[in-house]
Amino acid sequence: MQKITREQLIDQASELLANGTVSTVLGWGAGEFGYDVTPTLFKTAEEMQNGFVFNDFCGANFSKYLVSKTKTLEGKLLVFLKPCDTYSFNQLLTEHRFDREKVYVVGIPCEGMADIAKVKEISGEGISSIASDGDRIVVTTLYADAPVKIDARNVLAERCIHCKSKKHVAYDTLLGEEGDVVASARFDEVTRLESMTPDERFAFWQNELSKCIRCNACRDACPACTCETCVFDNPKSGVENKSPSNSFEEQMFHIIRAFHVAGRCTDCGECARVCPQNIPLHLLNRKFIKDINTFYGEYQAGAEVGSRSPLTDYTTEDLEPSEIFVGRNEHA
Amino acid sequence: MQRVGVFVCWCGSNIAGTVDVQAVSEALKNEPGVVFSANYQYMCSQAGQEMIKTAVKEHHLTGIVVCSCSPRMHEATFRKTAVAAGLNPYMVEIANIREQCSWVHKDVTAGTEKAIILGKAAIAKVNLNTPLTPGESPVTKRALVIGGGIAGIQTALDIADAGFPVDVVEKQPTIGGKMAQLDKTFPTLDCAACILTPKMVDVAQNDKIRIFSYSEVTDVRGFVGNFDVTIKKKARFVKEDVCTGCGACVEKCPMKKIPNEFNLGMDNRHAIYIPFAQAVPKVATIDPDACNMLKNGKCGICSKVCAAGAIDYKQKDEIIEETYGAIVVATGFNPISMEKFDEYAYSQSKDVITSLEFERLTNAAGPTAGMLVRPSDGKHPHTLVFVQCVGSRCESCAEKGKEYCSKICCMYTAKHAMLTRDKYPDTEVYVFYVDVRTPGKNFDEFYRRAVEEYGVKYVKGMVGKIVPEGDKLKVQASDLIANKQLHLDADLVVLAAAIEPDHSARPLATMLTASMDTNDFFTEAHPKLRPVESPTAGVFLSGTCQGPKDIPETVSQAGAAASKVIGLLVKDKLTGNPCVAIANELTCNGCSSCERVCPYGAISYLDKEFRMPDRTTKIRRVASVNPAVCQGCGACTVACPSGAMDLNGFMNNQIMAEVDAICK
Repeated sequence: MQKITREQLIDQASELLANGTVSTVLGWGAGEFGYDVTPTLFKTAEEMQNGFVFNDFCGANFSKYLVSKTKTLEGKLLVFLKPCDTYSFNQLLTEHRFDREKVYVVGIPCEGMADIAKVKEISGEGISSIASDGDRIVVTTLYADAPVKIDARNVLAERCIHCKSKKHVAYDTLLGEEGDVVASARFDEVTRLESMTPDERFAFWQNELSKCIRCNACRDACPACTCETCVFDNPKSGVENKSPSNSFEEQMFHIIRAFHVAGRCTDCGECARVCPQNIPLHLLNRKFIKDINTFYGEYQAGAEVGSRSPLTDYTTEDLEPSEIFVGRNEHA
Repeated sequence: MQRVGVFVCWCGSNIAGTVDVQAVSEALKNEPGVVFSANYQYMCSQAGQEMIKTAVKEHHLTGIVVCSCSPRMHEATFRKTAVAAGLNPYMVEIANIREQCSWVHKDVTAGTEKAIILGKAAIAKVNLNTPLTPGESPVTKRALVIGGGIAGIQTALDIADAGFPVDVVEKQPTIGGKMAQLDKTFPTLDCAACILTPKMVDVAQNDKIRIFSYSEVTDVRGFVGNFDVTIKKKARFVKEDVCTGCGACVEKCPMKKIPNEFNLGMDNRHAIYIPFAQAVPKVATIDPDACNMLKNGKCGICSKVCAAGAIDYKQKDEIIEETYGAIVVATGFNPISMEKFDEYAYSQSKDVITSLEFERLTNAAGPTAGMLVRPSDGKHPHTLVFVQCVGSRCESCAEKGKEYCSKICCMYTAKHAMLTRDKYPDTEVYVFYVDVRTPGKNFDEFYRRAVEEYGVKYVKGMVGKIVPEGDKLKVQASDLIANKQLHLDADLVVLAAAIEPDHSARPLATMLTASMDTNDFFTEAHPKLRPVESPTAGVFLSGTCQGPKDIPETVSQAGAAASKVIGLLVKDKLTGNPCVAIANELTCNGCSSCERVCPYGAISYLDKEFRMPDRTTKIRRVASVNPAVCQGCGACTVACPSGAMDLNGFMNNQIMAEVDAICK
């Protein structure tokens, strides 16, 4: 389904490794199964030939890895970034989280990545092999006699269905053509939640958040979560590493996290992608983004380096609290 | 663990009337850390303070909670008591059980319950208090006065008299301000120039005072005691230190049809000009919009005739950077624009003028050399109509006028009317008024003289419409006392235009982080008790920038502002507020969120080396707060995504403990 091929990426990286521009490549490697590709470091073209993977499951946003990797590696690090990843990249630069000089960005076009949960709904469990064949994904399972062929467009990840931008806002080299910011219906689901009664909405979130097992995957994958010590890892905070002992705590974890990233979240969707319980966590963040847009004008975190989030900025055009209240009523 | 003493004040019956103080001190006895609890009639009294000191000694207290009035009232008192008892002053917490409790409740049960809760919150906080020590910052012993009118002049002279250097920044080519344009001054009728110009000369000759004329303040940074100010000295294309003010250039300048601002456009000046004879500094200024040499390089006559060689067509704006300990705002006022007042035909007839224009018209140094004539035809006017409150006290016309009283118009109109009758007994003078307000020493006597001795006809009522017809102005007005309409044929109409703050005041207030009211007058720190100080430490107010004022009031306020400045500048060091932000370097990730929200520029970043648990070192970017600049507003603490920013005295854990205590 992807327009760009694994070979094109390897060629590009090999050239930059060979001429000494970069010392290391951050790319995707095979995981335990065909669909759980894993971020991997490659030092040579040969390593890439052997271990580099590029398919419809390469959803991981590499931006956050740059925070730790650029601090320990010698030389420049090549990173492949999809359009949505580049917003996180810029946001991290805005927050001074890594040195831009230590990174070489290869922008790659993206046709949308697949959601393995959706694939499994069609193919069933027990996937033994998975491969792309043109626009289709061919899945072999332990329990089916013949491989199942699935139209890749039917198993797009939610964030890709509502893709907000095909435009790379940062890159050193761009493979393929420059894309554009695209119109998206990403706030439709938020609007639906807003139209619920408070009781219905509470029930919706209680149901969703009660699935949480506090694995912290959303936090660990989130590019906006780059504190030196997370409050949930800090013994002094009193909320350190707790498994959810009651529903209040599990809800608070996600709500505190949503507030924490408000104004800085680029809506990359990693939180929902990595959630093993398939909780639509991105909706919390999108609610904040939608409100910020309504109250302070359109703002896309990470669209440019150094932009100021409306939540930590003040202009004389800002609404007064009373006006915000009116705005909310009109909105409803 | 702290050893906390709780002291519940009755405040006479102020608190004890609605709160069972005995029950409060009993209930708080059992709170964590409390080892002593008592109540007393007036905790702030000498005896009450002694009680605290004794308890500290006898019970070895480490923290004090006083349940009393607002901390704004007596926090400082009880902090001093703590110091006298050997404690750190910041080990005192106040539970406000008066303003926030007894005064807003009627029911004793509810009031008592709330007082106990507020007390518990204060105890929870004091248990987490740590001793704090304020930092010190030096004081730059130089003052800046912004504005060179009578307010700025008087303030500068008074500060300089105390021995401190002062810089006066004036945007016009000369100091003097509005007072220099006036003819006579009420209520004594001294000539304005006669009493002002000696002061202007004093300023020029005072070796402690520097005048930056034709200059503007463009940037202010820093804080009380250390303001870093950028001043733009606009190019006047004349070397100030070389020009002798002889005026030869002005005489020869061929561009002589430029409306003269000093005479409010009632006559013309040259492209190179000296605003008036007694200007300080008395140097010429070239108007770059009018000068042919500057516009297209053709002319150069002034340069040829200047014997001193002072003309410099290539002069550039000069940027001056200077540090000041204190700043006085004296930006003054302007009459509001009359263009929106169509009913008075100001834009249609030259013979409808404002009171300030009338001042120039009767001034011996004015466009008519003091002859009162009609601007339209130069004829002597026989019937004069003065209209008061034009744009003042204008509740219904807020879009063109002002809601406030401009205060000075009643008196200057009486002055104008009286002087006209005195000099030209053949005139008939009418004054239309809403109210005549003359509260001031010898003011009402002055107004009575105008009416009784000089026969000025005061009519209570407003002018509805003025229509120019032939060489007359048809005035339609109502006489509210006789309850009839009046129709007058006037030769000259004088409008007492409302006054408003100078337009440079608003951007200046932003630079100074000083607050303003909705009318753009600077706000004082306290309307009664701190009238010349702005709420921003180190910024003082002088003259009409704070509100409409006449000259006597302006001069007294100027002196008051000067005394406040002197009181600040005599100090060698200022004790800071220890309740400033601090960054926890271990959790700070250097994201710059705090720096972006800090209104004072108190936060910078350091690349700091950290020793890691595995004995390696790591260089990280971390925030660092300058405690002398930080004002403790707390914006950074809420902006920090990592919770690394905290505020001394209001630590996150202290606030949480208070909330927990209240919610328990």
